[in-house]
Amino acid sequence: MDLRDKLVSSFLAFESNVDINAPIHEIRSEAIRNFERKGFPNKKEEAWKYTSLNNLQKVDFSIFPKESNPLEYKEVKRYFLHEIDTYKIVFIDGVYSSYLSETTHDGVDVCLMSSALTKPMYRQVIELYFNKIASREESLTTLNTAFSKEGAYIYIPKSKAPRKPIQILHLATGNEAALMLQPRNLIVVEENAEVQIIERHQSLTSNEVFTNAVTEIFAARDARVDYYKVQNDNASATLIDNTYIDQKGNSNVSVHTFSFGGKLTRNNLNFYQKGEHIDSTLKGVTILGEKQHVDHHTLVHHAEPNCESHQDYKGIFGEKSTGVFNGKIIVDQIAQKTNAFQQNNNVLISDQATVNTKPQLEIFADDVKCSHGCTIGQLDEEAMFYLQTRGIPKKEAAALLMYAFANNVLESVRIPELKARVNKLIANKLGVNLGFEL
Amino acid sequence: MHSAPVGVVRVFHFNNKSIMAYTEEELKKELETKEYEYGFYTDIEADTLPKGLNEDIVIAISKKKNEPEWMTEWRLEAFRGWKAMEEPEWANVTYQKPNFQDISYYSAPNKKPKYDSLDEVDPELLDTFKKLGISIDEQKKLAGVAVDIVMDSVSVATTFKKTLAEKGIIFCSISEAIQDHPELVKKYIGTVVPPKDNFYAALNSAVFSDGSFCYIPKGVRCPMELSTYFRINQAGTGQFERTLVIADEGSYVSYLEGCTAPMRDENQLHAAVVELIALDDAEIKYSTVQNWYPGDKNGSGGVFNFVTKRGLCEKNAKISWTQVETGSAITWKYPSCVLKGDNSIGEFYSIAVTNNYQQADTGTKMIHLGKNTKSTIISKGISAGKSQNSYRGLVQVNSRARNARNFSQCDSLLMGNQCGAHTFPYIEAKNKSAQIEHEATTSKIGEDQIFYCNQRGIDTEKAIALIVNGFSKEVLNKLPMEFAVEAQKLLEISLEGSVG
Repeated sequence: MDLRDKLVSSFLAFESNVDINAPIHEIRSEAIRNFERKGFPNKKEEAWKYTSLNNLQKVDFSIFPKESNPLEYKEVKRYFLHEIDTYKIVFIDGVYSSYLSETTHDGVDVCLMSSALTKPMYRQVIELYFNKIASREESLTTLNTAFSKEGAYIYIPKSKAPRKPIQILHLATGNEAALMLQPRNLIVVEENAEVQIIERHQSLTSNEVFTNAVTEIFAARDARVDYYKVQNDNASATLIDNTYIDQKGNSNVSVHTFSFGGKLTRNNLNFYQKGEHIDSTLKGVTILGEKQHVDHHTLVHHAEPNCESHQDYKGIFGEKSTGVFNGKIIVDQIAQKTNAFQQNNNVLISDQATVNTKPQLEIFADDVKCSHGCTIGQLDEEAMFYLQTRGIPKKEAAALLMYAFANNVLESVRIPELKARVNKLIANKLGVNLGFEL
Repeated sequence: MHSAPVGVVRVFHFNNKSIMAYTEEELKKELETKEYEYGFYTDIEADTLPKGLNEDIVIAISKKKNEPEWMTEWRLEAFRGWKAMEEPEWANVTYQKPNFQDISYYSAPNKKPKYDSLDEVDPELLDTFKKLGISIDEQKKLAGVAVDIVMDSVSVATTFKKTLAEKGIIFCSISEAIQDHPELVKKYIGTVVPPKDNFYAALNSAVFSDGSFCYIPKGVRCPMELSTYFRINQAGTGQFERTLVIADEGSYVSYLEGCTAPMRDENQLHAAVVELIALDDAEIKYSTVQNWYPGDKNGSGGVFNFVTKRGLCEKNAKISWTQVETGSAITWKYPSCVLKGDNSIGEFYSIAVTNNYQQADTGTKMIHLGKNTKSTIISKGISAGKSQNSYRGLVQVNSRARNARNFSQCDSLLMGNQCGAHTFPYIEAKNKSAQIEHEATTSKIGEDQIFYCNQRGIDTEKAIALIVNGFSKEVLNKLPMEFAVEAQKLLEISLEGSVG
């Protein structure tokens, strides 16, 4: 049985574990019908031209996580940003770990999707926001919607801000078999409220782990959202991350994606601007080696006048890795005075590495400034020579240049400890110790 | 630089005012009322096959053209491939799909003896040429251009053959080439655009009625710009030309292609195939000005233009495509270069103008296979009215293409807020020494630019004309002189008036 059929038939088993009379179950049933009709995307679809899910579908994934083996904090401490105090929502094999987590209801809600979906006190928020911005067509998103049950639920009321950043950590032990996880996150930031979130998926096993995550973020007027995705998974992990962001007037949302690992990572990042004077920022650093594959698929939809968007993705590709960037900007006819910028720079450091990039503009308004730039190149030989004449070994010189290359993106990271952590990850990935941090 | 003979070959009867003499009001008015000037229909008795497409029709076309058996087989093979294909839908255009069984696939002017002098030519046909401004008479000699006119698919007149023949250059219709130079045709046809390359190329391979053939021998520099002229004439016939240009080692040719089609209410299908082959050290410069009927201002009628153009560069060879696209209701066209040989160069310069309800999805493909290959892409899209203008391009660097270099620039200019500009650049690099740059901008005419001109005493209308002209200059400069003048005039009409 292929994965699609298996998923569709497991839906019946899934139904026996959830309240099928809840209004949300209607959404799930519709979603599974959509997925059944569409199945997994294939390479013939424009959006999946450069990323194949064929091999993934041959794996016999266990779809329902067993009650997980508890993990000791010290075993997984290194996956946390432990240098600062944070709220934590931690899942082990898709199951909430209260032992490792630190949630709150003090003025803001930092808790679980499972309780938000079942408890009456959250009903209003769920009705207003759940599955309202996530695609009802895209097959992997509908697949997640069908099985949505657990994940992070964050609600920041008007003019509030949590005392500290929030970490969402998904750990996979997958001791018994290949594992499929489908976390579903909902983040609602009300008017003039603020939040900082760091998200990470980490597999602790050499068994295959396939995560198909959906995150919905709603930023009301004047809200500020800072979202960081750290992707440094092991070679048997596949992540399909679907993020949908709904922005109202004057809001400011930025998403930084750091992709250093995983077998196959696909980031579908979608911004929908629904107000004036909105600012959207999408930035990413990708450094790959081995046979890793990362596909960034971004969409910024400018639907109102006077908004801005800034995209900056840097990639360094070594060994047999593949990098894909597909950025799309749509400017509606009404969205005059839009400023939309998109930049994608890539460095290839191996002859077996591949970069496929497609920066795409679709513009229907005339009074706009839109630009995209895209480069593929190598490290500057003269700069390398300059550094080497000053006694810096070749490897370190190359690393220095790559640091400088990626630094634009790191500059806008607003949590210093996170910036330091990412720097370490980069140094690690490049195999050097520069003795300083940028 | 090519040695462009001075003189305007074809004079289009546009308003002869210079750009700077226009005021915006006048332009706008003129554009709105302007109907397609070439919308006449030549009443020549034509020899037309019944509508529909099947193997018998393909065989009939081949028979009518008295083709050898290998050619008939080749067509049939393409037809069988076509039957199994589906019409592509990926392009960013919407239209009523043509009914391929409702088209007559062959239409040739009926009286076709070989003429020795112009007097023998059907006067009506001559009149057509006069209306178009192409005279096959002495003007040609002065202008120094030999024109192989394809009117409804059959080449009726070829001039300057003798001058060319002295140099060993073969320039004739492809049907003649199939008769007279079968070895060359057999060797090269379908090598760059295989018969089953895509839906429209397969269709063309099966039913192509005529087209041009050109062979430049080793080391010969073609002394004049070669030119063909396509028109779609007979109602309900699709035009399926096939062009094959071969530049042998060390040779050079500059080839011009110009197109107009008379006004017709039903949409006319045009599916051409152009193959260029530049052998070692050869250079081909291929320029197109396309001014087919774009439909009226309500979007009815107009030509469907689905063209496959591709060139193959061997060692040190160079192919340069320059196009000015102002016509057609639908344009689907991607002149490409396969840079197979080391040190070969591909260039693509394009201006695509869309107005009213026109839709253009055009761009290029640069396939880098050899070492030290270079490509340049300059694409300027101008959309006005309710039109949609897309750039779609592919730059592919294969793993063996060391030191490949590409520079792409796509600029779009939007006039009015009902039109759309789109860019779909695909960039695929598999070699670490590749250097690829891609830039794209979309803008309207900047207020600061106009302010700057105003400051210097140039009024706003003139400033706009100046800026738009400057926007296209990079590409216009690449056209041979004769075409540049013509193209500039076309732009003047097609776009300047829409500035609002």
